[in-house]
Amino acid sequence: MDLHLMTARPTDEERRAVDGLLGPEPAMNDRVVRGGHETRADRTLLLPALHALHAAEGWISEGGLNYICERLTVPPAEAYGVATFYAMFSVQPQPKTVVHVCDDIACRIQGGNALVAELEALGADGDWTWTRSPCLGMCEQAPAIFAQRAGRPDVSLGEATVATVRAAVAPDSTVTCAGGVTAPQVWDPVVRAGLRLLRRLGEVDPSSIDAYRAAGGYAALRRAIDLGSEGTIREITDATLLGRGGAAFPTGVKWKAVAEQSARPHFVICNADESEPGTFKDRLVMELDPFSVVEALTIAGYATGAERGYVYIRGEYPLATERLERAVAEARVHGYLGDDVMEHGFRFDIELRRGAGAYICGEETALFNSLEGKRGEPRNKPPFPVTSGVFGKPTAINNVETLINVLPILELGAQGYSSVGTEDSTGTRLFCLSGHVERPGVYEHPHGVTLGDAIVSAGGVRGGKRLKAVLLGGAAGGFVGPDRLDARLTFEDARAGGYTLGSGVIMVFDEDTDLVDLVLRIARFFRDESCGQCVPCRVGTVRQEEALLRLVSGRTLGTRADELALLEDVADVMRDASICGLGQTAAAAVGSAISTFGLFDGSGA
Amino acid sequence: MSAVPVAPPRRLLDAEVDGVVVRVPEGATILDACRDQGIDTPTMCYADNLTPINACRVCVVEVEGARTLVPACSRTVEAGMKIRTDTDRVRHSRRLVMELLGSSVDTSLASSDWHRWQDEYAAAPDRFGAPTDPMEAGERDRRWAGHHHGSPDPSRAETVSQPVKVDNELYVRDYGRCVLCYKCVEACGTDAQHTFAIAVAGRGFDARISTEYAVPLDVSACVYCGNCIGVCPTGALMFSSEHDMRAAGTWDEDRQTVTNTICPYCGVGCELELHVQDNAIVKVTSPTDNDVTSGHLCIKGRFGFQYVQRRKKDRT
Ligand SMILES: Cc1cc2nc3c(=O)[nH]c(=O)nc-3n(C[C@H](O)[C@H](O)[C@H](O)COP(=O)(O)O)c2cc1C
Ligand code: SF4
Ligand code: SF4
Ligand code: SF4
Ligand code: FES
Ligand code: FES
Repeated sequence: MDLHLMTARPTDEERRAVDGLLGPEPAMNDRVVRGGHETRADRTLLLPALHALHAAEGWISEGGLNYICERLTVPPAEAYGVATFYAMFSVQPQPKTVVHVCDDIACRIQGGNALVAELEALGADGDWTWTRSPCLGMCEQAPAIFAQRAGRPDVSLGEATVATVRAAVAPDSTVTCAGGVTAPQVWDPVVRAGLRLLRRLGEVDPSSIDAYRAAGGYAALRRAIDLGSEGTIREITDATLLGRGGAAFPTGVKWKAVAEQSARPHFVICNADESEPGTFKDRLVMELDPFSVVEALTIAGYATGAERGYVYIRGEYPLATERLERAVAEARVHGYLGDDVMEHGFRFDIELRRGAGAYICGEETALFNSLEGKRGEPRNKPPFPVTSGVFGKPTAINNVETLINVLPILELGAQGYSSVGTEDSTGTRLFCLSGHVERPGVYEHPHGVTLGDAIVSAGGVRGGKRLKAVLLGGAAGGFVGPDRLDARLTFEDARAGGYTLGSGVIMVFDEDTDLVDLVLRIARFFRDESCGQCVPCRVGTVRQEEALLRLVSGRTLGTRADELALLEDVADVMRDASICGLGQTAAAAVGSAISTFGLFDGSGA
Repeated sequence: MSAVPVAPPRRLLDAEVDGVVVRVPEGATILDACRDQGIDTPTMCYADNLTPINACRVCVVEVEGARTLVPACSRTVEAGMKIRTDTDRVRHSRRLVMELLGSSVDTSLASSDWHRWQDEYAAAPDRFGAPTDPMEAGERDRRWAGHHHGSPDPSRAETVSQPVKVDNELYVRDYGRCVLCYKCVEACGTDAQHTFAIAVAGRGFDARISTEYAVPLDVSACVYCGNCIGVCPTGALMFSSEHDMRAAGTWDEDRQTVTNTICPYCGVGCELELHVQDNAIVKVTSPTDNDVTSGHLCIKGRFGFQYVQRRKKDRT
């Protein structure tokens, strides 16, 4: 390839920002010896380089992008295609501080819409700007904002008002991420003692590896080493650990498949992109118990024969990123990562990669592409990640919650682990309770808890109001009515009952909620987050939103029944013919609301 | 390229298409198997000379045991696979893909096959409402991922309609006709040209083919090989000669003849197809099944025909 660069040159600041990541530009005669495979391998640094530039300047200029292209041997058109894929990157000049204000479903019913209206009335002031955002993963602190601040650290803040926004954008701003322990169960010592996944939250200093060890940390890795790689995988398999990222795939099967691949190297990835509206459990775990993620990923690496692990973390999670980065560094210093992990002769290290505002990058194959410095477009499967994952190599990718379950499995043994939950859905599960509940937060319950009991554990519907609906499993899940409070939350019950646990979202809506408004917001979400690759989803999500808007306005094409039939036609093609789960579920929540609550049949909510 | 195939003979697999047992070589796609059986399968983003990108989804079929439909153009046949091409599910998805595309993109210059398929599947793109008006030049190029660009008037179906980009003398880019099949990106990139002048930018419905910062072609990396034009299925990329003649109402394929010849410029020996109307060359292509070119050319073979004739820009 004959790299054709633009003529624009970087400013000194831009050059410094990029060099800060990539090191100083090599001298000319050092450069000529590089090429081919070696330079193509640099492509994976594209996203980090874009981040470095954006964090310094607040936008990606032609000169800055050109410099990145030169350093990484990436054609400018492709780098531009990547930069414009992400909501957090601007390719036009903009103020250095941008506040992303969540107007997604949990926030819009709890002050998010009011905040947006106030900011609209306020107008811009030049030094900063704001924009509406999909769910920021802080629904338990609704309404949430995320301030992207070039030249200083980003912050995310909950229970936001205009005053919060002002504090975040002020030139002399001193605000930092709140980092609250929003897992109400841990405040009750008796309840805490029964928890497996949340037991350290709020009690053990997340910045200290000594504290983590004192609280039982790294016992699981020790046990894994004793069992050996095969023994470890057997333990995970016997515990019937199923993936918590949405697809419920058996983790043991996945690890075994990767371990057995002859192609090398192997990779393990922790999927921490958590962007499903209503989901915030992974964030809390990473903020308050980051070492558990590091330890669990190390075990995954040991078991599958991978020497490198990636954590792909949501770009809007500054505190989790900082804490996890620190935990990785600590673990390295203390010999829990590196060339000779725990002096046991295996090599493993972890690299953090930040997303940049794209829900789709949580889909595993889109995540691989994003990691490789390409647009985050999902790949067609097969081939599956276990044979051809990131960089085309065997890859075990797991959700944060799936991974941390590996620790109690090894600590308690498969049998001990399976002593709670049901036969098919072993162990406990993290639920993200938000919306109109008394005590929103992350809750840990054994599989099999009923939806009603889960809601009661969070104090029930706020203000003693009546329950109207629950969004179960996230925007990719579905709405259920109060008649489903006895639904048992297990994989098998969900499958049989036609609902989904998804990412553990339980968003509660009281009797005064406007469901139509929520449905419209969800339709908008899918339209905005579609990667655009395949026709059913790229155009289908637009047609779905248009049809809903027509139904709401009453200005339908043909009758209401015609519009509902059209929605169903579009839903069918999206579900059947889309490449990935985003398109396949883009009509699920909308459809469930319409059918459960008769939204547009004239009688509707 | 060697004229004699050196690869070992491929293993044969048995599978079932619409209840009929078919035998195909390992590595064959479902589309190959369907074509062997004479089963007409609609395609849009597939081309014989490019890596299947399986983005349009109009070729989907049902495979027993699969939760969703699968793209025939890229999915390889596995032994024992049971494939159905004629079910309601398949027909529904194919029709909807045609309707979704037809309602959002000007596909009037797509192949005659495409128009036949639209009729056969009774696709009705206008059921989503009258199309929106064209956007201002450059408006779509500025759309920002994740930022909602909603419909101001939901009774009209949003489209990608926009003014034609005319920024050089050789070819035009009429992205109001772009179905985002990725073919031009593949042809400009790893499948043929390795120039990478164009890529997909933006996201979702706002995704588009673009140079860096949407700069005009003459300052981009483009070398005017025209390979993107050669693969574009909808006339979004078009010789200026054709574009101008269409605008003037003089383009008439019935009056055109095609003359095959070898490019005179260098020793590679690319086969050219000279499309001639009224004794003037109006565009140049190369057969996609040609061993030397696979349909791809360079600027000289593609556009260097002026010395044969002088094409007047204002020819009527
Ligand atoms: C649109 C979309 C978004 C996804 N987002 C996430 C995510 O943020 N985190 C996650 O763990 N899995 C996500 N997934 C699921 C992953 O593709 C994958 O199944 C999961 O990471 C596997 O891990 P597990 O087996 O531990 O569940 C997403 C899937 C889709 C289709
Ligand atoms: S379903 Fe949507 S998000 Fe998934 S590949 Fe297709 S366009 Fe992209
Ligand atoms: S003419 Fe050739 S170089 Fe230019 S964009 Fe098309 S394929 Fe790429
Ligand atoms: S310009 Fe043509 S070849 Fe390129 S993506 Fe659009 S329709 Fe396909
Ligand atoms: S943070 Fe606002 S909806 Fe989740
Ligand atoms: S032709 Fe197969 S997906 Fe487009």
